[in-house]
Amino acid sequence: MAKKPISLTVDGVSYTDDVEPRTLLVQYLREQLGKTGTLVGCDTTNCGACTVHLDGRSIKSCTMFAVQADGHDVTTIEGVAAADGTLHPMQQAFHECHALQCGFCTPGMIMQAIDVATEHPDADEATVRENLEGNLCRCTGYQNIVKAVQAGAREMAGGTSGDTEAGAA
Amino acid sequence: MTVTEIGSPRRRKEDQRLITGRSRYTDNMVLPGMLHLAMVRSPFAHARITNLDTSAAVAAPGVVSVLSGADIADLCGTLPNAWPITPDQKSPHHPSIAVDHVAFAGEIVAVVVARSKTAAQDAADLVDVDYDELPVVLDLEEAEKDEVLAHPDLGTNKSAFWVFDSGEAGTGGNVEEAISAASADDQILIERTYYQQRLIPAFMEPRSTVVDPTGEQTTMWSATQVPHILRLMLALTLGIPESKVRVIAPDVGGGFGGKLQVTPEEVITMIVARRTGKPCKYTETRSESLMAAHHGRGQVQRLSLSATRDGQVTGLKVQLLADMGAYLGLVTSGVPILGAFMFPAIYKIPAYRFECTNLFTNKAWTDAYRGAGRPEATFAIERLMDDLAAELDMDPIELRRKNWIAHEEFPFTTVCGLEYDSGNYEAATARALELFGYDELRAEQKRRRDEGNPVQLGIGVSTFTEMCGLAPSRVLGSLDYGAGGWEYAQVRMLPTGHVEVVTGASAHGQGHETAWSQIVADRLGVPFENVEVLHGDTAIAQKGLDTYGSRSLAVGGMAVVAAADKVIAKAKVIAAHMLEAAEDDLEFAEGKFTVRGTDQGVALGDISLATFAAHNLPDGIEPSLDSDATFDPDNFSFPHGTHLAAMEVDTDTGQVTLRKYVCVDDIGNVVNPLIVEGQVHGGLAQGIAQALFEEAVHDDSGTLVTGSFVDYLVPSAADLPSFITDRTETASTTNVLGVKGVGEAGTIASTPAIVNGVIDAVRHLGVDDILMPCSPSRVWAALQGADKGRGAEAAAPTVNSPEVADRDVASTGAVQTGTDEGAAQ
Repeated sequence: MAKKPISLTVDGVSYTDDVEPRTLLVQYLREQLGKTGTLVGCDTTNCGACTVHLDGRSIKSCTMFAVQADGHDVTTIEGVAAADGTLHPMQQAFHECHALQCGFCTPGMIMQAIDVATEHPDADEATVRENLEGNLCRCTGYQNIVKAVQAGAREMAGGTSGDTEAGAA
Repeated sequence: MTVTEIGSPRRRKEDQRLITGRSRYTDNMVLPGMLHLAMVRSPFAHARITNLDTSAAVAAPGVVSVLSGADIADLCGTLPNAWPITPDQKSPHHPSIAVDHVAFAGEIVAVVVARSKTAAQDAADLVDVDYDELPVVLDLEEAEKDEVLAHPDLGTNKSAFWVFDSGEAGTGGNVEEAISAASADDQILIERTYYQQRLIPAFMEPRSTVVDPTGEQTTMWSATQVPHILRLMLALTLGIPESKVRVIAPDVGGGFGGKLQVTPEEVITMIVARRTGKPCKYTETRSESLMAAHHGRGQVQRLSLSATRDGQVTGLKVQLLADMGAYLGLVTSGVPILGAFMFPAIYKIPAYRFECTNLFTNKAWTDAYRGAGRPEATFAIERLMDDLAAELDMDPIELRRKNWIAHEEFPFTTVCGLEYDSGNYEAATARALELFGYDELRAEQKRRRDEGNPVQLGIGVSTFTEMCGLAPSRVLGSLDYGAGGWEYAQVRMLPTGHVEVVTGASAHGQGHETAWSQIVADRLGVPFENVEVLHGDTAIAQKGLDTYGSRSLAVGGMAVVAAADKVIAKAKVIAAHMLEAAEDDLEFAEGKFTVRGTDQGVALGDISLATFAAHNLPDGIEPSLDSDATFDPDNFSFPHGTHLAAMEVDTDTGQVTLRKYVCVDDIGNVVNPLIVEGQVHGGLAQGIAQALFEEAVHDDSGTLVTGSFVDYLVPSAADLPSFITDRTETASTTNVLGVKGVGEAGTIASTPAIVNGVIDAVRHLGVDDILMPCSPSRVWAALQGADKGRGAEAAAPTVNSPEVADRDVASTGAVQTGTDEGAAQ
């Protein structure tokens, strides 16, 4: 299959690669860039484990071809902490609220949570739950995730350090 | 010992790597020269393979080889079943790749090995297989008739028949006498058939295996709960010396029993890697996972409960049909047996009989799923108790109170012969009623009924206990399980005073690294941060029986305590030497030995360094503080709790809404309340999902209809409310930590709480049972049927499946009493 060239930015680094047109963005991230922090949990766009940001908004990277990301700016879970390693407020909130157990849904969940918090800084529980509907977790029963999203959103709105995407959305 | 860590809501050590994407799940592994596997699976639930042509696949770009069942038949042995529950248990040969017969849709018929995953998947489509379809048996009640056989060669669908009878065992009375007395003496006999639908564990990380055959040991990384069991079973199955196999469970993305297995995919990857001499990887797709990873539940429960008119239960008889699926996996056959002793639950039932018929069907095989036998048992008894309460017009809490074991009666030997060491059902229930606002909700329920409100309110009650801490090895032996139930730990003192703790319990989300650190920090008086917990690698944790059955803390945690205590004992000898004091004069507290009555002392870290240097140790003392311990419990532990659900049922639409959920669990002493709460939340979600959302549905040819997350309804955040959780603490007396286990509690208790709540909302309308999951269409149909006086018989299928339709019609309970006939009022 003839490969197509793409150029994009991932977690602040520019890449130019040749990819098969059928390569999903998540396959490109994991297999070509080694961004294994982003995970694959299903093949029907239901679970959200592969959620990343494209130009500052959450998308499911299993539902997009790598060629469609050509010219765009992608952020994965590996790119949300500050350069000095300070956790993103949402990462910190997930830790503080015990919002993860096995951790497999966590990267996608955090990426979606940042998006929710950006759009709804004061989201009530119902709003958070509705906006997490596309991200499945089998361990936590979501209660602590909801708590974390609200806590993280408050921190993000407070403008504390670590939010590398503050101006992106 | 100074207790500062145990009981503290420590944030987890595990989190840092997981929230930053530094995770190491098996599929993340990449090794030089690695080959990729794709499985070719049977689309038919039952067929003979008449021809298998691999030539096109072999010729495809990037393909290294294609192997059929015949190609590896001499190597792969039969996949293991470690629990032959009866001496005459029937078990079909189970090769990792089928040779000429497939017994469920999804069974592997060939494997393609290629240089890339996509090349392997592309070529898998080119393997040409001809099948002769055979008739399928899918439904348990059909399988029982032996008219269509899942494995014609076996001559029957019956794998085993297993009985426990309290009269015969001498642990209680004769249940037949209790039942006939109930029929004769104007007492009450409740007879019911309940259905436990098939569920899919649906862990978030699809199963994945990487095998590296280079080097002297063949190393397998696998998304497994059981690296130690897997290593042993690979050795036994493949005839490889165990010492030549190393198994690593790196970060594992959930299991819930679903990764308590030795899978054909693991065996095949092992064989291919050893044959090609190259590292090999196989990662399943979600569709493959739902189709071919083992399922759970799947029971028909025929139940008889006898009681006096004043609500004293006199006998319980349980007759199960248990769905094995097409094969016997690691503990498939034993899952119903884990439930056998839990049907009497928290009640003083004088006579009990349990019969179980294990049956083969042409579906994916079943095995452990969170709770494994105990949720099924709890569902049955708690649904029965609610029906009995309704029949007696008695409050369901009052009925339970009348029958449960009072706190002053512990330790209590049950009708099954189990000794419940501790518990306080009164305290947990009182707290739950208070948090729930039970009386207010009952008043609201009455109000809604009186006004004929279209949205009716039901209150679901579930009181439960479970046997956790699997398990005393002698008990497992008496039940014909193939292994023991001990756990292993090692505590290693580093020269810097830091501590490495090795545990044989391999975690996959439970937070062992944090909880074990807390235990050791307290025990040795070292900082929490200075403890490193290692697990999940048979080369590091050389012994272990892994993680399942809420056993990690009650058994594995105790091994850690025992190993730490040995470190202290060893250090004491050296401390006495260093302090020039008698050992008897030393006391150990806060990480330091001091000479009683003086200010002289030496810290464990200093002893550790001195031991490492070994310059001045007492004669005959080895220069090591490192210690290990293997702990075998004397008894199970018995967590319990009271769960209450307020369910709203829209009688116009059948919509069911969980309005409020309160649970008060007693899991004994708690090491980390944050982790405990998380386990309860997650357990509740899975149990609620069985009641309301999830079911593995097959069409009439045996194809899994719910083959993706589009159809298999794992609940999302939007489908669940927040739960109100609390605890009472009655320390377990079977281990010095006083802990009981929490991993399965929420799942076990919540399913009957929800269904009892749904039924309680509509019972006055003539509905006394609705099949799980209680979907709007089923609830609505049950209500329509009730209007026509047909009770639950009219509950309609949610999907176009004859299997489900049959069950819906079959799901009718009938109350027989000395004076009344029929259940529907």
